[in-house]
Amino acid sequence: MENNVILSVRDLDVKFSLRGRSLHTIRGVSLDVQRGESLAIVGESGSGKSVLTKTFMGLLDGNGSITGGSILYNGQDLAQYTTEKQWLTIRGREIAMVMQDPMTSLNPLKTIGYQVGEAVTLHQGLTGEAAKKAVLELLADVGISEPERRYSQYPHEFSGGMRQRVVIAIAMACRPKILICDEPTTALDVTIQAQILELIRQMQKKYDLTTIYITHDLGVVANVADRIAVMYAGDIVEIGTCEEIFYDPRHPYTWALLSSLPQLGVKGEELYSIQGTPPNFFYEIQGDAFAPRNPKALKIDFVERPPYFEVSPTHKARTWLLDPRAPKVEPPEQIKLLREGGVNRHG
Amino acid sequence: MTKYIGKRLLRSLLTLFIIITIVFALLRFMPIEGYFQNFEKMSENQIKVGLQQLGVTDPLPVQVANFWQGLVKGDLGVSHKYRVNTPVIDIIAQKVPLSLTIGMTSLCIALLIGLPLGIFMARSTRSRWKIGDKLGTIFVVVIQAVPSAVYHLMIQFYGTDALGFSMFFKPDDPSTWILPILSLSLGNIAYYAMWLRRYMVDESNKDYVKLARAKGLPGAVISRRHVFRNAFVPLVQFIPTSIILTLMGSLYVESLYSIPGMGGLLVNAIQLQDNTLVQGLVLIYASISILGLLAGDILMAILDPRISLSKKEGGR
Repeated sequence: MENNVILSVRDLDVKFSLRGRSLHTIRGVSLDVQRGESLAIVGESGSGKSVLTKTFMGLLDGNGSITGGSILYNGQDLAQYTTEKQWLTIRGREIAMVMQDPMTSLNPLKTIGYQVGEAVTLHQGLTGEAAKKAVLELLADVGISEPERRYSQYPHEFSGGMRQRVVIAIAMACRPKILICDEPTTALDVTIQAQILELIRQMQKKYDLTTIYITHDLGVVANVADRIAVMYAGDIVEIGTCEEIFYDPRHPYTWALLSSLPQLGVKGEELYSIQGTPPNFFYEIQGDAFAPRNPKALKIDFVERPPYFEVSPTHKARTWLLDPRAPKVEPPEQIKLLREGGVNRHG
Repeated sequence: MTKYIGKRLLRSLLTLFIIITIVFALLRFMPIEGYFQNFEKMSENQIKVGLQQLGVTDPLPVQVANFWQGLVKGDLGVSHKYRVNTPVIDIIAQKVPLSLTIGMTSLCIALLIGLPLGIFMARSTRSRWKIGDKLGTIFVVVIQAVPSAVYHLMIQFYGTDALGFSMFFKPDDPSTWILPILSLSLGNIAYYAMWLRRYMVDESNKDYVKLARAKGLPGAVISRRHVFRNAFVPLVQFIPTSIILTLMGSLYVESLYSIPGMGGLLVNAIQLQDNTLVQGLVLIYASISILGLLAGDILMAILDPRISLSKKEGGR
């Protein structure tokens, strides 16, 4: 089991300095990514899901830094990397990324061929005709028709979905072990979303990848993820297999998140929405970060941060509700419905 | 591409035609003194005959037609005041090469110093204290905010003093070229440094730069291949225009160092009311300006594939 972990994060702390103040955005996250799995990190905007994955590649913005913990990859602690030279051994080569907005993630003044070729040359050491051949193969691979013609075209001649395919081709050209997909379908048309997800899945199979999806779209998650990590306020509050999170969620935040799924709404009734706003990172968070927004919060939630309680070997959650001494708090109606399988998860 | 250039060229020629015709027609309202060397001593009859000989009494359309006929043959008429009976084209031809040499040299120097300065400032914005960026900004602000006449004068005064150069321009003494060219390039250095810095900072915050980093390109390569290249495109459009501005803006510097260039010529011609010379000069300046704008647009179109040439033609 242990040697199947490709990336191991332990007690990771990330702080940003903003206008002389310090923001504690990742608060002691621990996470093991299994080789070959697809893990989804879900959470609302500002929960730190993007920041977390950026630390894997040394791509934090200039005012952010890792202040504690470790990120073990291949026997190396990435959290200790400081120089660009060190990171260049990781970026692309080991971990590649597909970003959110394909409309802006390609250089508008360079041809598609050039931009894919750059990665081919860098990571496969091919130049000239051989590089071009490799690029054409990659383009065909990601489902771009007439790659010969497309090779010398510019990004503005591609549609959003096509551009995202190019971005995926670039990532594949790097021959990475881990692929991070940062909201890969958020900026796309609904009809294209499924195609792109399917493409990523094909690539995962073909190149034997480990994929990490970052998303706030639970529909995407249900389709692609083996395991789900739910993030809230810079912390993973619950992690488990896809089934466990959808059918047996334990953390009140996961309940709230699932309850706000439009598929679970009852026609004619207002859709559930989570009250309040995420906590302010300028202040150190006391107790359970979600407590102020949780109508059923316990007293202890405001005082002490809950530890992880194991539900099953693959499923754990950070909530006092799982403590044997805690009173029994029933999950909301919608969640019970889910548990009874009343709602098709692909719905 | 050729079709686009051809179309733009035709349109530019049309613009030029309109400008010159308007200038020509307006100059007909100038006092008639401008046509004669010794107006005060001439009798009314002499003036009348003289005007008729010049064709200035003909109806305006006829005059315009005559003027254009001459122009096509390269004849801009003769000067009446500045240098009597010397063809205007000869007067200008004598002065242009010097102004052009000085202007182009100063522009080259401005690019050679301004662009690296801009890159340096942009890179410095990512360092901890941003000292390079701050110093550069001080330079840019000073040059942009202080009226150029002030620093032109100071350069002449203190520069010639400190370096022991002559105050006045002598074509065969290379040392007298240095200070005027430096004076002329300062404005452009500040201009290019400021805009390149700004565009580079903009570009380096874009997503494609993040993707380039994520795919493992070293920072220096990203800077060169992606950021600089993209930031430079909007600047390219300004280069032809700044050639013109340098040519016209050299007026003050040329007079400071007594450079026999074309900077002072237009002012002289207007003061002397030498109508034909004014006409000729306006024609030259207008053509250079229009050519400059055209060249800027064509350069942009070549460098930026997003500019769809045919659409631009039809759409705007």
